[in-house]
Amino acid sequence: MKSGVLNLVVKRLGIAVITLLIVLFAVFFATSMLPGDTASILLGQAATPEAVAGLREAMHLNDPAILRFLRWLLGLLHGDLGTSYANQMPVAALIGRRLVNTMELAAITTLISVPLALTLGITAAMLRGSLYDRTVTVLSIGVISVPEFMVATLAVLLFAVYLKWLPALSSVNEAHSLTDLVRIYAMPVITLTFVISAQMIRMTRAAVIETLSTPYVEMALLKGASRSRMVLRHALPNALGPIVNAVALSLSYLVGGVIIVETIFNYPGIAKLMVDAVATRDLPLIQSCAMIFCLGYLLLITAADIVAIMSNPRLR
Amino acid sequence: MTMARTVATRRSFLGHSYNLVGVVAALVILAWTLVAIFAPYIIPHPIGDIVDDDYFGQMRQGLWLGSDYLGRDMLSRVLMGARYTVGISLAAVSIACFLGVVLGMLAAVTGGWFDTCLSRFLDAMNSIPSKLFGLVVVAAVGSSIPVLILTLAVIYTPGAYRFARALAVNINTMDFMTVARVRGESTAYLIGSEILPNIIRPVLADFGLRFVFIVLLLSGLSFLGLGLQPPLADWGALVRENIGGLPFAAPAVIVPSLAIASLTISVNLLIDNLPQKIRDRDA
Repeated sequence: MKSGVLNLVVKRLGIAVITLLIVLFAVFFATSMLPGDTASILLGQAATPEAVAGLREAMHLNDPAILRFLRWLLGLLHGDLGTSYANQMPVAALIGRRLVNTMELAAITTLISVPLALTLGITAAMLRGSLYDRTVTVLSIGVISVPEFMVATLAVLLFAVYLKWLPALSSVNEAHSLTDLVRIYAMPVITLTFVISAQMIRMTRAAVIETLSTPYVEMALLKGASRSRMVLRHALPNALGPIVNAVALSLSYLVGGVIIVETIFNYPGIAKLMVDAVATRDLPLIQSCAMIFCLGYLLLITAADIVAIMSNPRLR
Repeated sequence: MTMARTVATRRSFLGHSYNLVGVVAALVILAWTLVAIFAPYIIPHPIGDIVDDDYFGQMRQGLWLGSDYLGRDMLSRVLMGARYTVGISLAAVSIACFLGVVLGMLAAVTGGWFDTCLSRFLDAMNSIPSKLFGLVVVAAVGSSIPVLILTLAVIYTPGAYRFARALAVNINTMDFMTVARVRGESTAYLIGSEILPNIIRPVLADFGLRFVFIVLLLSGLSFLGLGLQPPLADWGALVRENIGGLPFAAPAVIVPSLAIASLTISVNLLIDNLPQKIRDRDA
């Protein structure tokens, strides 16, 4: 039976790799569809036709697209992300520190939102139908029904404008002390926590409620187990798989959320770098950033699927 | 999901029972639709005219929602913004759901390699984060209304496909499908007359949810400056334009955000409060 699970997991990983290839292909072609010739954009308006032709030759722009794609892919495998058009710096150098900043933001958000959302989601499911449950449900519907930038602007209005507790902008370079650090990360983390937690609460609550309606939980109720024992001993261990699945899926919303949050708070992360690169049409930079985001997203949803497979007792 | 049903009163209309929250939500949606259609006739000031000496003006008589960063009338701009937000989203969600549902039913009825290939490909498309997809497309081909509509439609087609296919696969195993096949009906007939009537209700609920996703994504892109380009402004772009008013808590930042929230929350509430028969996904 063990090999059945292994088979499914390997199959899922195989699908993830194929998906990644398709995604890379899509990103490459979307960005090479750019109107205007890359060589003439690089050389500016004063370039002679000969110079443009020379650069095209040097950049292998005359080769068929599939050849360029394979060459790009080979470069990626060697860790060569290309050179930025805008300032001629290696893309890897531009991304390096910023990727770390974004990972920090994501890690802090995860550390705060996962325990918070699980507690709220599980307790709401336990007290289903109560005023507490209804409040949590209405608030989480409210948060997922509005755009991320609205959560961010409301957070700024509340904490920076009315209460004046926190600065509205982030700047990671100016952190000198622990209080500085808290003030810098506070607004982006608060916003992201709201967005991620709302998803996670809804999914966790649904997963626990579904388990609570199974026959064996009813059995526990009938034999006189207390409500908390029923939830913690009988329902939760079985809901664990769906809950971890929900956590991984919700964390994949970080990818979208971080794009808005870094832009609105001017946080020097990779998403801000990418939005700026789109504004300047810096193709190699866009390609690399998009690839990193897709990779992260794919890792999370693949992890969610694998957890779902492993936690299915019928497959174990 | 059930939060509103316990507090609201039920009433009967056209054979279904509706509750108060659902009716209010439907009225809000209807109001925004009417605004989107008739905006040019009801705006108090032309949207480009500077009517206030001050920028980020507060609400007062004549300028009911204050003025924006250039001193233009915010009420007029929000009313006109409804046209773009509702119009573009509606066009995109219609294309996405039409394509997704037709392909989904086709895949379920046809099966075989067509189903497998299409499902694999669309699942892969689904693994691209939606905002990222939007960013890359806008970087590649620039931002205009047709591009926005098509991009949003392409992003949400895989989800609609997956949903419709799952429903259609269930219907496909029914006896009446076998009977229709034995009768020698064409694929078009099987899809249009046998499957579609049986899945139309959950598909319409899914249409509403997808509409919300599209409104949120469109607003997000416009907020990043990658959606509608000036001088056109949808609600997301209005928030972006006036973000400088945030430190003064200017109505110009808050009102367009509230407009988006009122629309998306209403659609969500309407779907949550639809009669069970319509909403149920496996009806």
